[in-house]
Amino acid sequence: MPEFIAELLNHNDIFNATTLMHYWDGLVTTVQLVFLSLVIGLLMALPLAILRTVKNPLVSGPVWLYTYLFRGTPLLIQLYIIYYGVAQIPGIQDTFWWTIFREPFYPALLAFTLNTAAYTTEIIRGAIVATPNGEIEAAKAFGMNWAMRMRRIILPNAARRAVQAYSNEVIFMLHASAIASVVTIVDLTGAARDIYSRFYAPFDAFIFVALLYMMLTFILVFVFRKLENHLLKHQRPAGS
Amino acid sequence: MKRLIVAAGCALAMMTGSVQAADWKDIRIAFDVPYEPFEYKTPDGELTGFEVELAEAMCEELKAKCEFVIQSWDGMIPGLLARKFDLIMSSMSITPERAERVLFSEPYYNTPGGWFARNDFNTDVTDKAAMKGKVVGVQRGTTMDTYVTEELSGVVTVKRYTTADDMVLDLEGQRLDVVFVDYPVGEQTVMSKEGFKEVGTPVKLGEGVGVAMRKRDKDLAGKVNAALKKLKNDGTYDAIMKKYFTYDIKM
Repeated sequence: MPEFIAELLNHNDIFNATTLMHYWDGLVTTVQLVFLSLVIGLLMALPLAILRTVKNPLVSGPVWLYTYLFRGTPLLIQLYIIYYGVAQIPGIQDTFWWTIFREPFYPALLAFTLNTAAYTTEIIRGAIVATPNGEIEAAKAFGMNWAMRMRRIILPNAARRAVQAYSNEVIFMLHASAIASVVTIVDLTGAARDIYSRFYAPFDAFIFVALLYMMLTFILVFVFRKLENHLLKHQRPAGS
Repeated sequence: MKRLIVAAGCALAMMTGSVQAADWKDIRIAFDVPYEPFEYKTPDGELTGFEVELAEAMCEELKAKCEFVIQSWDGMIPGLLARKFDLIMSSMSITPERAERVLFSEPYYNTPGGWFARNDFNTDVTDKAAMKGKVVGVQRGTTMDTYVTEELSGVVTVKRYTTADDMVLDLEGQRLDVVFVDYPVGEQTVMSKEGFKEVGTPVKLGEGVGVAMRKRDKDLAGKVNAALKKLKNDGTYDAIMKKYFTYDIKM
């Protein structure tokens, strides 16, 4: 097998050491971008989802508006607004913000984080709202206060209900990250586009990158299956 | 008798062959408009531009009656192969990929790559030490991209854009220090705004633009090359070029 790979590398113009390094850099950027935006997005989404279920509209209203705005517009538009829009604010170049927004990575991270946080908020809210009344009543009968009910009863069960929908969101986020390449970030798609335009070989460049995305997706699917097995252990038939 | 028929057939075939070879008295030339200043229509609908005038001069040289055809870019090479026209003179750069499908004449022009920056940029772009750490914008896949990647990689940070407009926005927003683009593109996008200037001198890149023909029309290619050569040498080419450009694109 290694000889076969060496043979292949020696006998084609496109996949040499330089372009493979380019793909590798792209892979690292994509994983960083997606991982960071998902982690920050999840940390933001949890409190937002709880606020979203509060009955007072002054509390839940702003959260509703935020999720409505970010789920109601395409991620590409959000990225354009944050990347190009910020640079048009007069005088921004002289403030310390510019050290962050000058590089394309941070505007993209911000757009991805806000976007995934909005979707995740709605996923978690749905799971919280779907808590059976009986569980809450039982918790109240035990004398648990709101915080303890949240921590012991509502959120653990909501997590079980949300994990399948959330695994979809994670995979969508990985694929949505492909649009980072429009703001000059060399992620996986950016690397593929560079190599395509250099060698005029769309099939080779894009099929290779598609395989890399599939590989990442398989890893995610595997991880989430393990997590689901763990969280939903009680639903399996006895003895299995 | 049989031999006679064969001989007659051969003679006929040769005749038609020679007739076709000599038959470049009517030539149809395709342009994709508008691509100022190479080919465009004046407000009263007349087709003009650098390549149009050059084509007119070339037809005069070939003593041929020329018909100009408007063809959109996507259908250029298919239209040529389907005999809708005989020549393409529409700023088609010579590339190995295209040369596999069409026959190119000798190049007749080449637009240089130009360096453009904001007015406060004071670095010599040819000085590698001074350029260290600068951020350079190019259009992905252009000859300018190849040039910067090969000559300056490791010295500058290269950012690649799909459209020139996005690139100009980032130059304006100070994400880029300098851009390196096709000179006419730079003139139209960067220089049409306030606060930008050209830096350094334009750099000639690539193989240039040639007249495209069907591969079988080798006789036509010979004539076109001879005519272009004559125009380049007798001053006609320079006169047309000076009408449209302030810089040299001759090749």
